[in-house]
Amino acid sequence: MEKIVSLKNVCKTFPVGKSLLGKPTKFVHAVNNVSFDVYEGETFSIVGESGCGKSTTGRIINHLLAPESGEVWFTGKEISHISQDEMRPLRKDMQMIFQDPAGSLNPRMRVSELIEEPLLIHTEMNAEERGKVVAELLGIVGLSAKHAQRYPHEFSGGQKQRIGIARALTVNPKLVIADEPISALDVSIQAQVLNLLHRLQEQYKLTYVFISHDLSVVEMISDRIAVMYLGFVVETAPKEKLYAMPAHPYTQALLSAVPIPDPDRKHDRIILEGDIPSTINLPAGCPFAARCKMCKQVCLEQRPATKEVETGHFVACHQV
Amino acid sequence: MSNKPNEQEEKVVSLEKNAASFEENYIDENILADSSSKVKEFIKKFMKRKTAVAAFIIMVFLLIIAIIGPSLAPYDPGAFDYDNILSGPSAKHWFGTDHFGQDIFSRILAGAPQTLGVALSSVIVGAALGTVLGLLAGYYGGWIEMLVMRGADVLFSFPDILLAIAIVALLGPGIINVFIAVAVFTVPSFARMMRSATLAVKSSLYVEVARSLGCKDGRILFIHIFPGTIQTLIVNFTMRIGSAIMAASSLSFLGFGADVTSPEWGAMLSQSRSYLNTAPHMVYFPALVIFITVLAFNLFGDGLRDTLDPKIK
Repeated sequence: MEKIVSLKNVCKTFPVGKSLLGKPTKFVHAVNNVSFDVYEGETFSIVGESGCGKSTTGRIINHLLAPESGEVWFTGKEISHISQDEMRPLRKDMQMIFQDPAGSLNPRMRVSELIEEPLLIHTEMNAEERGKVVAELLGIVGLSAKHAQRYPHEFSGGQKQRIGIARALTVNPKLVIADEPISALDVSIQAQVLNLLHRLQEQYKLTYVFISHDLSVVEMISDRIAVMYLGFVVETAPKEKLYAMPAHPYTQALLSAVPIPDPDRKHDRIILEGDIPSTINLPAGCPFAARCKMCKQVCLEQRPATKEVETGHFVACHQV
Repeated sequence: MSNKPNEQEEKVVSLEKNAASFEENYIDENILADSSSKVKEFIKKFMKRKTAVAAFIIMVFLLIIAIIGPSLAPYDPGAFDYDNILSGPSAKHWFGTDHFGQDIFSRILAGAPQTLGVALSSVIVGAALGTVLGLLAGYYGGWIEMLVMRGADVLFSFPDILLAIAIVALLGPGIINVFIAVAVFTVPSFARMMRSATLAVKSSLYVEVARSLGCKDGRILFIHIFPGTIQTLIVNFTMRIGSAIMAASSLSFLGFGADVTSPEWGAMLSQSRSYLNTAPHMVYFPALVIFITVLAFNLFGDGLRDTLDPKIK
């Protein structure tokens, strides 16, 4: 299988606090040394708790943010530092779905205008052809062509997300980055939208980068999963392996927190102590060391290197 | 083995279809009502503000007068009637006559297009310039923002009328220069206001989405950001017209504006000030018309602002 996206040692910091002269004094280390590959046709999920850098990673792949260091490859092209003008033609192959369906749709544009916007930018279609595409896509995502003349506020959350998905599909992208696409929706609607995403993937041979904090959703949709903690990828593995034998202590704790809908089953929860370290002053050793029960001296002093414990199963931990 | 995924797939699709048809039926009726009621709701809310409604009616009336007024004038505004010099209001001359025996009512009607025209056109030009500058400053930031905002600060450090006088003093008197002066002192307030409105809209998610879709800067600015700021723009525009009329009239009163013998409201006031004791009606009527006009535009702007503010009922 071909690599469609490849991140190599990507770092991203955001300045906080300024000195008198306007020079930033502190930095939030949002993404640290992140490397992974996404293969064509798969669903690659990034999971982690709030503030672990998963959305920032998504935005770096989409070139909405440029990383400080490292490389971002998309369909065989290094894109981490190219200009927006050079990026524009590539955006045709890479679309994004956002967490907040209401906020991601311009409230002053009709549904037809919203969905045809990528066509206006990337193709030379005339109004009639665009209208056809819009009507067809509305049907595909489970709305109807007569909704095209309405405004976003007239739709429910799930329907708005369907509009967002339709917009992402107009230009037949290869890659769709879905940044928490269902976490703002009701549980019943979540299932519908997940089914829709699943169906579209088969239909259009899409590759998904799926960003989520919901482990049960991730288990349902992913092929491979990367677990992030404090801006680091701590474990990358195929779904079956990760859920069956999580290797990193953080992944183990995370998975033990997933509720099991069976009252009789005994539940061994790993309760983590302490707080997440500050992203401004990163710990010198393993980012998880302060909360890890397997922590040894070496964990406090050295950053663990990423090891391949099985084919395709990568872990960054001294104790594995 | 080969059957299983297909079955699953079909199941998913049929679920999806059910869900879609369910939602479709569910939303159908409320929606059409909703979209037309937005305008209705706005009108209803505006109608609650009686002063603003009255101001709106006066405003429309004044604009009509400015267009057709001169042809309604009972006398030629430049004609002298030496038998009726400085006569008070009467059946023959409703607002009385001035020191040349010219009919004041006719002169007010004849002056309406000039006074309102200068005010309106200068605010339109000033607002357009200020809006573009504010949009660019808010969107690009950096040195553009620095330049525009510091420039605005400099212009703001003068009182409006003083700035206008300074500009007219520089360019020389005349109605065109009054227009330029009023336009110039309108620019900074619009630039500042539009910059803050642009900053607010720029940070919204749908602008980031537009960038991720690959929109060019021009499209983001004018299709996505500008419509979001238009509310602020309209409100400030109506409010600003009032002060522009004031400024234009003040300049004419001070002798910087139109030819003092022409029927411009400010110039009429200027002419009449030496007759304040003997023929006060010469002052009252032009002053009253200016007062009503400015008040109407300001009250309408206030009402519009309150109506468009979702936090006020």
